[in-house]
Amino acid sequence: MSSTFFTASPHWRWLITAYFFLGGLAGGSYFVATIMHLFAKNPDRRMVRLGYLVAFPLVCLCGFVLTMDLGRPERFWHMLVQSETFRPMIKTYSPMSSGAWVILLFSGCAFLSFLAALAEGRPDWPILRRLDPTARAGRLLTVIGALLGLYLAGYTGVLLSVTNRPIWADTSFLGLTFLVSGASTSAALLILLGSWVGASPRSVHSLERFDRSALILEALALAALITSLGQVAAVWLNGWGLLLAAMVLGGIALPLVLAWRRPAPDRPGWIGPVLVLFGGLLLRVIIVFSSDGL
Amino acid sequence: MPEPMGFFTDTTVCIGCKACEVACKEWNQLPARNGGIGTLSGDSYDNTLRLDGIHWRHVKFIEQFNPDRRDGRWLMMSDVCKHCVQAGCIEVCPTGAIIRTEFDTVVIQSDACNGCRNCIAACPFGVIDVNPASGTAQKCTLCYDRMKVGLEPACAKACPTQSINFGPIADLKKLAQARLGQLEKAGETRAQLYGADEKMLGGLNSFYLLVDKPEVYGLPPDPKLPSRNLKPSALWSTLGAVALAILGVFSFRDRGARDV
Repeated sequence: MSSTFFTASPHWRWLITAYFFLGGLAGGSYFVATIMHLFAKNPDRRMVRLGYLVAFPLVCLCGFVLTMDLGRPERFWHMLVQSETFRPMIKTYSPMSSGAWVILLFSGCAFLSFLAALAEGRPDWPILRRLDPTARAGRLLTVIGALLGLYLAGYTGVLLSVTNRPIWADTSFLGLTFLVSGASTSAALLILLGSWVGASPRSVHSLERFDRSALILEALALAALITSLGQVAAVWLNGWGLLLAAMVLGGIALPLVLAWRRPAPDRPGWIGPVLVLFGGLLLRVIIVFSSDGL
Repeated sequence: MPEPMGFFTDTTVCIGCKACEVACKEWNQLPARNGGIGTLSGDSYDNTLRLDGIHWRHVKFIEQFNPDRRDGRWLMMSDVCKHCVQAGCIEVCPTGAIIRTEFDTVVIQSDACNGCRNCIAACPFGVIDVNPASGTAQKCTLCYDRMKVGLEPACAKACPTQSINFGPIADLKKLAQARLGQLEKAGETRAQLYGADEKMLGGLNSFYLLVDKPEVYGLPPDPKLPSRNLKPSALWSTLGAVALAILGVFSFRDRGARDV
């Protein structure tokens, strides 16, 4: 039996699960918007703006649920500042410590990009226009923000692995899985919202192409995760395993099939993205709660 | 600089009186579970069940009997924080609330802890939990306040059979080796020390003499530091990020988003 089965549960439940999901969406949306802006020849500004407009409210929600999950929410600042000396509190080898700083820094980038997105098309807000990705300062800001966003989407899985709990500490692929899932769910969210706000069908189509690639990568990451668990994977020979199978089928395989079967790029559907989003949430529910009961 | 101090628990002389549990609760003013309403486990004399935020000492009762109960034995063990030399809880604590003291023990400073509970998941022994009264993670302090004034921890003071031995680690190791030799001489081939050498997390400052496999006592056979997964997890995540960036470039570049 793995030594991880002799440990106690940290009681991380719905709020933490919600944070893992929202963090993936926040970081992923920012990353997708940035990469779309930097590499698309003629980027659809509505879609790029949308990425920045959703990233900031989502990361605010992340901070809220994380703080509410603390046993002493009023001491949330102890993550960043030593409570006795008031010096910065950082441990690079503690994912939670480095993650707290990344949330803070990413929130700053997301806030500035949010303002820049609001200011787009408003000549009376010249200062904020400098933060637009088309300006040099804005480009630097969004590149830094995208890197921090990727960190935010993936470090949550690393945080789980850097424990001694069953499943979480028995694999090194949770960070990769959460990161790729964050990218696929973010693309799905932007496809959904983009369709509603009238983004160009071509930009929706390119997002769908990215989402398909991310979903394939997610399936590979999940396969690596389950394989790396070895005998520990037997703990999923129950309802959790059925849910995981449902997640793979409904949240990865079915959206891929739907995407490939739809011939015309001008007919964006909502079922696939909704399934991807639901699958991403379910993945985190399974990972968090199936270990909690052991 | 004081010497490293700790516990050597000789489980072979534990009688399960739970005086250590009571002394610990009393000295550290730990609250009762469920507001003091008695809850029985129903299948053992052990009603504490496990270490947690309000039980910093726990006497385990292990019954090893044949189905007809004609032959068997009781194993008893007073469990506590191991005060690991390489402590997983200190590694992960994001607030710096968990510190190593001048006695080489591990203490959670309750006024700095914000209840994130990362240490609970990181502890390889399942020792730490939240004290609902404070909302913070708590565990044995090895009676740091008593040690500061030259007193031994309350549990060791209360133990009537000298199952819990307190003192400098070097002296405790000599005592443990002598007791192990005594048992082996008497024909107890299953006797073994758990955590007495540096192979296990650099050494446990609370180590044990057992007469069965560690798993039987609910102790992990091979406890590890949580940081063992940091590098491989970070590496795979970084590779994933690079792969996503490449996928993004190819997805959006040539045939990418254009206004129509």
